[in-house]
Amino acid sequence: MCGATKGGLSLDGVNVAKEAVIQGQVLRDGEPVESAYVRLLDRTGEFTAEVPTSATGHFRFFAGDGEWTLRTLAPKAETVDRTVVARTGVVAEVEIAI
Amino acid sequence: MSRESALVSTQWVEDNLDTDGIVVVEVDEDTTSYDKGHIRGAVKLDWTTELQDQVRRDFVNKQQFEELLSRKGISNDDLVLLYGGNNNWFAAYAFWYFTLYGHTNVKLVDGGRKKWELESRELTNEVPERAATQYVAQEQDRSIRAFRDDAVAAIGVQNLVDVRSPDEYAGRLLAPAHLPQEQAQRAGHVPTSINVPWSKNVNDDGTFKSDEDLKALYADAGIDDSKDTIALCRIGERSSLTWFVLKELLGHQNVKNYDGSWTEYGSLVGVPVALGDEPGEA
Repeated sequence: MCGATKGGLSLDGVNVAKEAVIQGQVLRDGEPVESAYVRLLDRTGEFTAEVPTSATGHFRFFAGDGEWTLRTLAPKAETVDRTVVARTGVVAEVEIAI
Repeated sequence: MSRESALVSTQWVEDNLDTDGIVVVEVDEDTTSYDKGHIRGAVKLDWTTELQDQVRRDFVNKQQFEELLSRKGISNDDLVLLYGGNNNWFAAYAFWYFTLYGHTNVKLVDGGRKKWELESRELTNEVPERAATQYVAQEQDRSIRAFRDDAVAAIGVQNLVDVRSPDEYAGRLLAPAHLPQEQAQRAGHVPTSINVPWSKNVNDDGTFKSDEDLKALYADAGIDDSKDTIALCRIGERSSLTWFVLKELLGHQNVKNYDGSWTEYGSLVGVPVALGDEPGEA
């Protein structure tokens, strides 16, 4: 089977070959954070998209080729920025500790 | 119209949850988020099933809107406080919708659901029971709604503000990056439209930027105050947020939201389309 790496979101139903997927999980002390917000910023720092994390702390974006920044906001936590490179046909998995 | 008449803070909402004549309404892009917890007493509006006609691509009509609000227990003289996820995208869309049908006693909760959550305020799973009302709507206020012919006629003539992300505007993406990209329509933007992403209106926590910052944003972007304005995006919800900023916060006159937006325009046969980061020629 192609797709999901260990601990990652299932990619069932996603045409991975045509998408530049960025996905991952937000963790606090190793535990999933379900009330966080992950913002996707483009190479110029411009906001592109935002998703709330799921009950298991997961998030996913369908981006384009290039470098992106993930900005994570959560209650009672400092904002965390992480850069990630996305490529069509590749699933970029990111774990974010807050 | 001003910040005072169009916005309330999350604290104000918390302080007024038990005030008669105030109805808090959640409208979310993710229509399941209400069911995962919501502000106490809040009513849910599902934009996909309750605000859209289920056959044609259009809004519910006046009679359907009346039936909807009556069923939800909302009265004509209630103050409606709208909030939602994704920086109030769909709450702003609902604000525009309420305004379209003549309900002027409506405000947005500044920061919406995100700010409420980030402040660790209370969410409940209890669904309120409200007695049905006899809501009466006005005819649609067409002065705030643009159709495709208005958008085409505005090329090179009016302010066209495309509020999608720069990559969608340029034609590098067809949808916001949290949605799959496969779509039928062509990529790009309406020639002469300027790109002011909706996200520039708000801070990271979802609250609106100051009036000074917003004025500077649109002045720098090249909005001509002497001209009418049409805001558009992909399906008309992000542009509702920009419509709200221009009309309700900054007090611009003659601002319309084009709810057909790019999913309609980008599918039209024979209309001009511009690609790349520049507005392009008329």
